[in-house]
Amino acid sequence: MALTLVQKILARAAGRDSVSPGDIVTAQVDLLMAHDSSGPRRWMPHLEALGAPLKDPNKIVIVTDHFVPAVDPQSAAILKTTRDFVKSQGIQHFYDMQGISHIVLPEHGFLKPGMFVCGGDSHSPTGGAFGCYIAGFGYTDMVAIAVTGETWVQVPETIRVNWSGAFGAGVAAKDVMLFLCRELGMDNSFKVVEFGGDMVRAMDMAERMVLTNMAAELGCDTGLIEPDETTLIHIKAHGGAVDGDALSWRSDAGAPYTALHHFDASALEPHVAAPHSPANSAPVTEHSGQSVDQCYIGACTGAKLSDLHMVAEVLKGRCVSPQTRLLVAPASTKTTAAAAADGTLEILTAAGAILLPTGCGACAGMGAGVLADGEICIASINRNFKGRMGHANSQVYLASPYTVAASALAGRIADPRDVL
Amino acid sequence: MARAWVYGDNIDTDALAPGHTLVMPLDEMASHCLEALDPTFAGEVKPGDVFVAGENMGMGSAREVAPSALKHLGVSVVLAKSFARIFYRNAFNVGLPVFFFPQADEIHMGDDLIVDILTGKVHNLTTDKTYHVTPLPPHLAGIIRDGGLIPHLKKKLIKQ
Ligand code: SF4
Repeated sequence: MALTLVQKILARAAGRDSVSPGDIVTAQVDLLMAHDSSGPRRWMPHLEALGAPLKDPNKIVIVTDHFVPAVDPQSAAILKTTRDFVKSQGIQHFYDMQGISHIVLPEHGFLKPGMFVCGGDSHSPTGGAFGCYIAGFGYTDMVAIAVTGETWVQVPETIRVNWSGAFGAGVAAKDVMLFLCRELGMDNSFKVVEFGGDMVRAMDMAERMVLTNMAAELGCDTGLIEPDETTLIHIKAHGGAVDGDALSWRSDAGAPYTALHHFDASALEPHVAAPHSPANSAPVTEHSGQSVDQCYIGACTGAKLSDLHMVAEVLKGRCVSPQTRLLVAPASTKTTAAAAADGTLEILTAAGAILLPTGCGACAGMGAGVLADGEICIASINRNFKGRMGHANSQVYLASPYTVAASALAGRIADPRDVL
Repeated sequence: MARAWVYGDNIDTDALAPGHTLVMPLDEMASHCLEALDPTFAGEVKPGDVFVAGENMGMGSAREVAPSALKHLGVSVVLAKSFARIFYRNAFNVGLPVFFFPQADEIHMGDDLIVDILTGKVHNLTTDKTYHVTPLPPHLAGIIRDGGLIPHLKKKLIKQ
């Protein structure tokens, strides 16, 4: 029987020869990831109630990213709880203020093809770019998984999306996802999306991770990309081990896709999603001229080194408009270091960008850079639900780093193709 | 008899548990539930009331405090045309039963409902219409019977 990639991974994790969409199986978990917001502070009362130990602390990665750096006694206490927990439980894989969890995992070679991974955050699908199953779970599920090492899964259907051709100037993976949120809608629960086609093959891992990151906005359980040489080189370069059969983790010819889409990348325009939904997207020209109080480069979607490079490409030798402000929160400390080393940060700060600490920042409406009542922001983040970045009456437009940077120059939403 | 609180598609977890409330104790956080969408909800919803939504109920983040806030405010059951996967799991895990309910459009704000979660019978007293929802699969019914995933797991661990 021909199987999709996700069926193969779940069959392996459930110890079966094969599984079909709709089956409910118990899967053994290879790795757990939790952060400061959904992790130890929420786990502890449950663990006490259960009176049970963690099954295998070596399979757990803990990251602090939501409340970093602490800005008040409450956030400081949450971080302290996290650090104390890690120490008392003997958890070795702890990344304190090193970056956003979804970026930190692949930066340290944790993900490889075929794995079954549970993350305590809805953007866990980001890691699916490495050909593994990685989905988001709430903290009670995560505690149960940490104690038992397994969980139930309903085997999802697979939507296959192929992209061919090459992007035009000023177009990026983010535009693909804003376009797809509109085309496929955001209600794709109990399905996964598999990205392929020669355009995806040509992408580096950073761009592929934008596709899988926003599988969350499609409502999919996760997003996956079949591994290739690019995947394996990245894993090895980041200290991960790769199995000999890693490239066999791919969908079979004739696998039962529930839907199959083909799109042409060369026809794609820069996109902007208007408040308050990522599906509310249109070519940037429909919103050009909309004034913006803040431009924000940040989050697990849009603040990796390649994203900062896009911003620098637009800003080089130019200045942010006095009508707005440009805030940049790099996705990890490694990103900041690399951007400092290659001159990117210099271009950004010379143009007037304001550098913020690494972490989730304003993306979750609680860190530096939140919005006031009535303020309008254009951001490289992944979701723009009402109140997402601060006050309930603030508004967020979503766009690629190119478009956010071009808008920062103009003080209003602007088409990056005009400045590139 | 319970009052129906009826909302549309894509009720997101930022609306149910806004980011700025994530540092608060549940009690205080729940008082902000849905404030960006309907500021009257958290103050007026009564124990036993029913939350009705359209497609993709609970989309967004993994924050489990979203269903916890509803349960804390007294919501006894959520009926929706479809659910975001993480919200769906989280709801059962905190002991809040949720059902797929394709006829959500036939329920209106303030209707009086009786929902029997064991038999899956939904009776709208206001319109005098009766519906039957698909019963819960056994692995989820067990979690609800025990009052949530943690008590359910505790029972299992003790048995072992
Ligand atoms: S950056 Fe934003 S979307 Fe990403 S994990 Fe942090 S809060 Fe979530």
